[in-house]
Amino acid sequence: MQITVSVNGDAYTQEVEPRLLLIHFLRDELRLTGSHWGCDTSNCGACVVWLDETPVKSCTVLAAMVDGHRVRTVEGLESGGRLDPVQEGFARCHGLQCGFCTPGMMLTARWLLDHNPDPSADEIREALSGQVCRCTGYENIVRSVLWAAKNDIAERPSGGDLDATAEADSGVRQ
Amino acid sequence: MQVPAQVEYERATSVAHALALLTRYGPEARILAGGHSLIPMMKLRLAQPETLIDINGLSELSYVTVAEGTLRIGALTRHAQLLDSAVAGGHFAILHDAEKVIADPIVRNWGTIGGSLCQADPSEDLSAAFAALKATMVICHPGGTRTVPAREFFTGPYETVVAPAELLTEIRIPVRAGGGSAYEKVGRRVGDWPVGAAGAALWLAGDTVSDAGIGLTAVGAKHFAAAEAEEFLCGAPASEESFARAGEIAAEHCTPSSDQRGPAEYKQHLAKELTVRALRRALHRARAGDA
Repeated sequence: MQITVSVNGDAYTQEVEPRLLLIHFLRDELRLTGSHWGCDTSNCGACVVWLDETPVKSCTVLAAMVDGHRVRTVEGLESGGRLDPVQEGFARCHGLQCGFCTPGMMLTARWLLDHNPDPSADEIREALSGQVCRCTGYENIVRSVLWAAKNDIAERPSGGDLDATAEADSGVRQ
Repeated sequence: MQVPAQVEYERATSVAHALALLTRYGPEARILAGGHSLIPMMKLRLAQPETLIDINGLSELSYVTVAEGTLRIGALTRHAQLLDSAVAGGHFAILHDAEKVIADPIVRNWGTIGGSLCQADPSEDLSAAFAALKATMVICHPGGTRTVPAREFFTGPYETVVAPAELLTEIRIPVRAGGGSAYEKVGRRVGDWPVGAAGAALWLAGDTVSDAGIGLTAVGAKHFAAAEAEEFLCGAPASEESFARAGEIAAEHCTPSSDQRGPAEYKQHLAKELTVRALRRALHRARAGDA
């Protein structure tokens, strides 16, 4: 069957088998290997991408199901050569060790900050609770997302709420 | 690497079209909603449908509303939508209690209410929640619709009354004043299936229980319910003593199996204890006017 999908703003029309999983479509057909194929059982979250506006586990979605929809992968986080604050946060706060869980973590973090610009550390942990970091680097992942929240706020035209960012900082568990 | 077997794929454009496709492809066709139960089953080849009928485009099946004294949940509603629904949580806190502990936030984004129910896993959380609320399932077929009480929906593990040419479209729950509800689950880890779980809904007349619903999952309860304990509670004082006895009765009628999640005796203990905790919290909410 033929599907047409917009991935990170680029339209792709491809012939696919109905049984092809979205993660394999992205990695093997489109060669977008930023999304990682992990547990294959919708537990680990390494394969998280956005389907339209929603993070989903792409090992449990068929490519056929995204025909006519938009997909956003980690390759679509930066814009115009500028890293998303979430990416910058992960770089600055050492939010990755082996890096395998990182694409999924960052896509969920971006979604969280779009819906809750000033999350607490607990809210970040809850949002990422369907994703596993086998290096167990959770502390720095949370720190990275808090950094991104603070810098998202700083970038907003209305300016940042200093009290709110100070509170976010104090939410980091040492 | 887990890959589903070869399969045909059709996309339904309306409920009528989905039913026509089901009729055309026969019993080897399966409805594909969120796919978060079906696709894993297909990867393991435990399910091997010949045709998938994708209903994700049927936005008319995605809603949570209250009309004419009934909460209506469309079968294609995602778990995250039900958890976000102030209407659902406002009338039945049990629904938000249960949704918070189903899988994880990303799975809840795409898995659907109807899909969870039609999967009919003997440990499904919503099966117990809807049994406690005495919900009704609406099933469409080429000749019209029929309704089935939640407690008659499941015919066995992974089996429901939904026939090959039928489609679950809606879950209805009667809204009644003066009630409270709650869900209590014990799992091995966050996001896992329950070792045992209980849901309770209570309605009060003063200090007396005027009506009660108790749902149980993963503990081998018939129809995901504790009918004998409900019967005992109706007309009884809304007290710790009544709840303790109701918990014992509920557990006596369960026949759990020992498995990797725990031994049967422990699950029986959970059936008792979680029934008591759910009743206690439901009572607290009923008295506080929190539903």
